[in-house]
Amino acid sequence: MRELICIECPRGCRLLAEKTENGVNVTGNFCPKGKAYAQAELTEPRRVLTSTVRAKDCMVPVKTDRPVKKELIFALMQKIRGAKLLKNAEIGDIIIENIDGEGTNLVAAAPYTAEK
Amino acid sequence: MNRDIVVIGGGPAGLAAAIAAYDAGCKNVLVVERESEAGGVLKQCIHSGFGLTRFGENLTGPEYAHRFLAEAEKRGIEILKNTFVTGLSAQKEVTCMNESGIFRIRAKAVILAMGCRERSKGALNIAGTRPAGLLSAGTAQKYVNIKGLLPGKRVVILGSGDIGLIMARRLTLEGAKVLCVCEIMPHSSGLRRNIAQCLDDFGIPLYLSHTIVEIEGDTRASGVTVAAVDENKNPVPGTEKHFDCDTVLFSVGLIPENELTKRAGLRLDGRTKGAFVDGDRETQIEGIFACGNVLHVHDLVDFVSEEAEIAGRAAAAYVRGGEKQKELIPAECGENVSYILPQSVNKKESGAQKLFFRVKRALKNAVIEAETGAGTKVFRRIAVAPGEMENIVLSAEELVNAQKVKISVRGEQR
Amino acid sequence: MFDVAVIGAGVIGAMIARELARYDLRVAVLEKEADAAAGASRANSGIVHAGFDAAEGSLKAKFNVEGNRLMAGVCEELGVEYKNNGSVVLAFGKEQEGTLHTLLRRGEANGVKGLKILSREELFEREPNASRNATAALFAPTGGIVCPYGLTFAALGNAMDNGAEFFPDFELVRAEKGDTLRLFSADGREIEAKYAVNCAGAGAAKIARLFGDTSFTIGARKGEYILLDSAADGLVKSTVFTVPTAAGKGVLVTPTVDQNVLIGPTSVEENTFETSIRRAAFAELISKAKAMCENIPFGETITSFAGVRAYCDRHDFILEESAAAPLFNAAGIESPGLTSAPAIGRYVAEKTAARLGAKRKENFSPKRKSYFFFRKLSDEKKNEIIAADPDFGKIVCRCESVTLGEILYALRANPPARTIDGVKLRTRAGMGRCQSGFCQPSVLETICKERGIGPLEVTKNGKHSEIIAGGEI
Repeated sequence: MRELICIECPRGCRLLAEKTENGVNVTGNFCPKGKAYAQAELTEPRRVLTSTVRAKDCMVPVKTDRPVKKELIFALMQKIRGAKLLKNAEIGDIIIENIDGEGTNLVAAAPYTAEK
Repeated sequence: MNRDIVVIGGGPAGLAAAIAAYDAGCKNVLVVERESEAGGVLKQCIHSGFGLTRFGENLTGPEYAHRFLAEAEKRGIEILKNTFVTGLSAQKEVTCMNESGIFRIRAKAVILAMGCRERSKGALNIAGTRPAGLLSAGTAQKYVNIKGLLPGKRVVILGSGDIGLIMARRLTLEGAKVLCVCEIMPHSSGLRRNIAQCLDDFGIPLYLSHTIVEIEGDTRASGVTVAAVDENKNPVPGTEKHFDCDTVLFSVGLIPENELTKRAGLRLDGRTKGAFVDGDRETQIEGIFACGNVLHVHDLVDFVSEEAEIAGRAAAAYVRGGEKQKELIPAECGENVSYILPQSVNKKESGAQKLFFRVKRALKNAVIEAETGAGTKVFRRIAVAPGEMENIVLSAEELVNAQKVKISVRGEQR
Repeated sequence: MFDVAVIGAGVIGAMIARELARYDLRVAVLEKEADAAAGASRANSGIVHAGFDAAEGSLKAKFNVEGNRLMAGVCEELGVEYKNNGSVVLAFGKEQEGTLHTLLRRGEANGVKGLKILSREELFEREPNASRNATAALFAPTGGIVCPYGLTFAALGNAMDNGAEFFPDFELVRAEKGDTLRLFSADGREIEAKYAVNCAGAGAAKIARLFGDTSFTIGARKGEYILLDSAADGLVKSTVFTVPTAAGKGVLVTPTVDQNVLIGPTSVEENTFETSIRRAAFAELISKAKAMCENIPFGETITSFAGVRAYCDRHDFILEESAAAPLFNAAGIESPGLTSAPAIGRYVAEKTAARLGAKRKENFSPKRKSYFFFRKLSDEKKNEIIAADPDFGKIVCRCESVTLGEILYALRANPPARTIDGVKLRTRAGMGRCQSGFCQPSVLETICKERGIGPLEVTKNGKHSEIIAGGEI
């Protein structure tokens, strides 16, 4: 039995989750997201990763376009630190394609216009 | 210069208020922004978790801001950037300063949306030295996310406000070692989910009922002494722990930035540290409205936007038709309630009213009672906490015979 | 080759340098720290004492009263904030009222003008927030307040504008006497001079020893303070004292020239000159201040700090040529040292000039341009300045309304700021209620641009105090 705080929304439900033979038993969730979260936490926890990449004259915020495996987060941070944004970008434009080897992209979370 | 509405501040509150005012028919609206880009503090809040209520999507701060910036741009709303408002009179004359000099704008209505600032370390009376490496969590956030600079490598955080928790994770991801977060209260002042995803995920300890009693280091910080505190927040001798660190972050509360509000002659509510407002978010001066963190500190930007839209619509209505007849009744804080916003509730003309409030302590299986003098409405929550703003909605029918709205919260100790 | 090396860039060294700059002398000012006003001149009460406290016939009494008389004019010339707000000394009961009369007589003997005993009613009329328990007070109309580091920067800047040279980070570790003096710094620099003036404050005895003078020792007394935001402005008009005791003038409650309220100092004998604040200091300051004044808004506290006063075993100023000449000692300048500084500067410069046979320069300019008053100017005047330089229209520090123009001026004018604290002390950027939370990253960036250095090189106040210790991301 594991106690968890659901991170899916600000409500922060206190969940109790237990692995059983036919999956994960979850209580305390207000909505289905909580159940899915707890199931993932006990099997393969994932997080959306946000950071910044260096452009010529500023930092540009970026995020993964879907949750990535939690265990990969520090490895992905290495890749993000190595990246450099050299051209204009709109929100959602891919900065690093398939960053986790599972098809997740790192995308711009703010527009960037390279100075003149 | 003359304007129908001047919005002071181009952060989330100011942008949402300007857009709502425009959509309510008041096109002659100007947003005055002190920085070179609008968007406010969201620009540096690169983490996700914004917009779940508003858009049903998990956005980062910059993405949330750009939704509103795009809407403002679509409408051609003018944003005067790099411009500092230095004065505001009760007659709604706004004094501004920028590269072209000092000038005044006469407005029919003004919307205050200046946001808030962090409480500084200086207010805490901590013993020891004053070396480099002591900074507020928000300043650290700006250094890391905007300037691309990591303030330090070994960090102790005082205060479990959300910005502190978010920075604990952010600094860890960027390679710093966050040794612990100390919170003087017996409960966290940040959201539970942030404790889970920012501290627990990275094994960062949270010491509740603990504070920093001494800072060391002559030039750069070299360590802190942390101690447990008793129920009066006094350090308990013999509980001291020492941490070697080069950086101390302070996340010890936010304070509405109301210097201009005071200059206009408005009195502040000692509980919210913002102006007194009614359901329209109109202050005690006719035609001056306020919304967002300048009015009371929110935990979620989604509610800032909602509140700003109320103010924007009401300001537009004021410009169009002048001060409307209002019948106001007081909102009273009952048991366990530290403040209610708005401080007075519009009884008739506005239909249903949403009341925001904070509780004084953490409770579970909470029962919220709203007593109107004409009846009592009961709401239930699984859990409430001071760090998590609550709201209830009273319908027009429930308010029609009301003389007041007194909110009380009871429940079991958490 | 310099004529005079002034050792120490506190308010005394700065004032001496400025007065020396009136003569046909090449002056070097050596400072151990990264900036001027790094010691007691930075962290003290900022009081221009009337002069009723110092013992009759002492150097302290003489220079206090003379310095008080000169202060307003000096501040006017240098563009430094000074206010003649008056001082009151509170008495609680008959015995202390007796002390007030002693102070009055002593003050009159020292030449202090206008001293007056106030009744309880007169006191409350002047200071409505004075403690209800006060029974009488001594009023000194010539008491004032000044920005101590502002005065230091301005005096040194004026000296530099008139030809003096400033050597920060010059920690004097060796002095060789020969035909001339050879002065060596810890990092291997050397300066040659004919004569030296020792005004090294806390380090004065150590410096004297480098020249072979062991005639005095210096003790350290720490004073802790808390500072309230300008929201507390108006709490008191005058500087409020209690009657002095053997331990000194005690805690005072005073307005500052920048509309803050300052409470302190405590008085702690120390063996070192470190400036940490004791845990017990806060409760002590709060209870002492509460005993003096009603309605103090402690909730407006924005910072706390400590300074160390250097006193000498003679318990009076040392202002004399050393037996180990060519050296003049200006040492043990404890309170009322700030007040005395203009008079000490003159005196030491006259003695030194006479010793070196120097003549007055014709082209000395006593005036210094100052933008420190920008936020207090009229809109018309501000508009004129902004029209000439748009950087004055860009506010960087929102709490204290400090503009980019003022910050750039601080980075360019003598003595140029090199650090975050240097900018802060010269402009007030970062001194307000948010304590640099909003403006520090912008100030850091401005320092980088102006000095052509990277962000990792910017320090708070000199070596090993880098603001950014984690590198670039």
